[in-house]
Amino acid sequence: MPIIATQGLTMRFPRVTALDDLTVAVEPGIIGLVGANGAGKSTLIRILLGLQRPTSGRASVLGLDIARDGARIRERVGFMPEYECLPPDVSATEFVVHMARMCGLPPTAARERAADTLRHVGLYEERYRPIGGYSTGMRQRVKLAQALVHDPQLVFLDEPTNGLDPAGRDEMLGLIRRIGTEFGISVLVTSHLLGELERICDHVVIIDGGRLLRSQAVEAYTAASGSLTVEVDEGRDRLAALLAEAGLAVRAEGRQLVVDIADESTYDLIRDGVADLGLRLVRLEQRRHRIEEVFAPASHQAAAPGAPPAPPGAYPQGGVR
Amino acid sequence: MTTSIIHDIGYRHYEGRRLGRGYVLRSLYVHNLRAAFGLGRPARAKVMPFLLAAIMLLPAVGVVAAVGLAGLDRPPIRYSQYAVSLQVIIAIFLATQAPVLASRELRHRVVPLYFSRPVGHLDFVLAKLAALATALFALMAVPITVMYIGSLVNKMPNASRHLADYLTALLGCVLFALVLAAIGMVVAAFTPRRGFGVAAVIAVYSLSAGFVLIVQGLAEAHTNFTLAGWMGLFTPFNLVDIVQVRLLGAEPSAVAVAPGVLGGLVALLLCGVLVAGSIPVLYRRFRKAGLS
Repeated sequence: MPIIATQGLTMRFPRVTALDDLTVAVEPGIIGLVGANGAGKSTLIRILLGLQRPTSGRASVLGLDIARDGARIRERVGFMPEYECLPPDVSATEFVVHMARMCGLPPTAARERAADTLRHVGLYEERYRPIGGYSTGMRQRVKLAQALVHDPQLVFLDEPTNGLDPAGRDEMLGLIRRIGTEFGISVLVTSHLLGELERICDHVVIIDGGRLLRSQAVEAYTAASGSLTVEVDEGRDRLAALLAEAGLAVRAEGRQLVVDIADESTYDLIRDGVADLGLRLVRLEQRRHRIEEVFAPASHQAAAPGAPPAPPGAYPQGGVR
Repeated sequence: MTTSIIHDIGYRHYEGRRLGRGYVLRSLYVHNLRAAFGLGRPARAKVMPFLLAAIMLLPAVGVVAAVGLAGLDRPPIRYSQYAVSLQVIIAIFLATQAPVLASRELRHRVVPLYFSRPVGHLDFVLAKLAALATALFALMAVPITVMYIGSLVNKMPNASRHLADYLTALLGCVLFALVLAAIGMVVAAFTPRRGFGVAAVIAVYSLSAGFVLIVQGLAEAHTNFTLAGWMGLFTPFNLVDIVQVRLLGAEPSAVAVAPGVLGGLVALLLCGVLVAGSIPVLYRRFRKAGLS
């Protein structure tokens, strides 16, 4: 049974269409939702939580219809918003206990669960201090804790790595991976950075301008492509000339050569070519796709001549539309 | 020396009970009631409410002492007069604490966290309104109760009369609390910045009171006591006093009171409209905030 399914989901605001006929279904696991700012990620989450009624279309979460069973959905899911949502003058413990009670946990259970959850997200002694004095990383952990404290079956994490430094980002990603695997809680995590979702997700959904661009398992994005990467110590160009002469499609990429695989004999030709020229082979490997390539053709079209190249892993800003 | 080790026993799922709407509503009410007195927050949040509560108690304690020492047969302040006489203190309490309940969670954008949980919009508004009303009621009813207990301890004559006046005043306090909470919550909910919220509540109170007093003064100078009485409808303390006087049989405490049972009924109706009207206004305000 899909954990989230939408059918023709459309959300129109007076001036902008946030979601446009979105039909997608995903299975339990860690699901990445990728799109630029304004692609409709947060709107989709609000609709799935039953907080906002879509203009048209239907959706179900955990097999429950969002229009009819909003309250039952909200009992079973957790939500970590993208923005600051913490009162500065209470302690993390006090706040998370209160949020647990708001989910119906009895007082004792709320206190126990809050202590456990704060420990799991990595907040220890500091949890008794007012939140106002916390670092961004600690605040993100409190936000995560309040989303998990009632042991939901599914959590929506909206841009959880926003504003974190690289180390904090890695820790947060590791934590999300643990939530999905060790805790056994399904996760829908949004980001505008494809690279980080590639690392932790089972399935990635890409939306742009409210439309579905692609929805598939991460392995499918990163499946083997039909080419090989060859790296030699010296004599790259000599090898390239030799292979081209043998009828292979070869192009240089930095210190490496990328060779399209024509058939089984391609491997032999490369091996023999390297041996004949007496070169030292550093690397010969199957080239894999990266999720970013989904955007590559479009970004080439959109990029103005002479525009600086996008940083690796970044979503092409103002891109595909 | 012993060292303690925290053993990570891994994640455990919660298999216990999940209580329903009644429990959530009750928890929300208690949470907000505590917040109204700064409980669960740093010490400086407690200073203002408890200081004002102490000031509210002073006259009552003084009255009890004076009655005991001087052997008066009736207290120098009537029960139903208490809230009206100390209205400035009550208004300051409302101005400082209504923003705590109404706009603190708006300002810090906590509201969406409630509505992404099994918390209903109406329950959320009712819990906040009821919590603020309860806090205001406690602020007014505790001193009056102290005075009443004092009358019993001092063995003042006409014990049954005292009881009746005391109970009447308590009813009045309920009405004061509801009307003030409704006005304070609505004003504070639309002024998200805390300082502005405090100023806005004070402004609504003092401008309405000042305006009404001026018109009442002018009307009385022209011996138009009817107009002066009806003007009382336009400021909260005078409004509730009209109900106390005309429907509950208290003696007037405000400058002028609308005439007859009709005046009382109109005032009561207006109280009802204020309280009932604040609910849909707050409902829409918080619902919108839940979507941000």
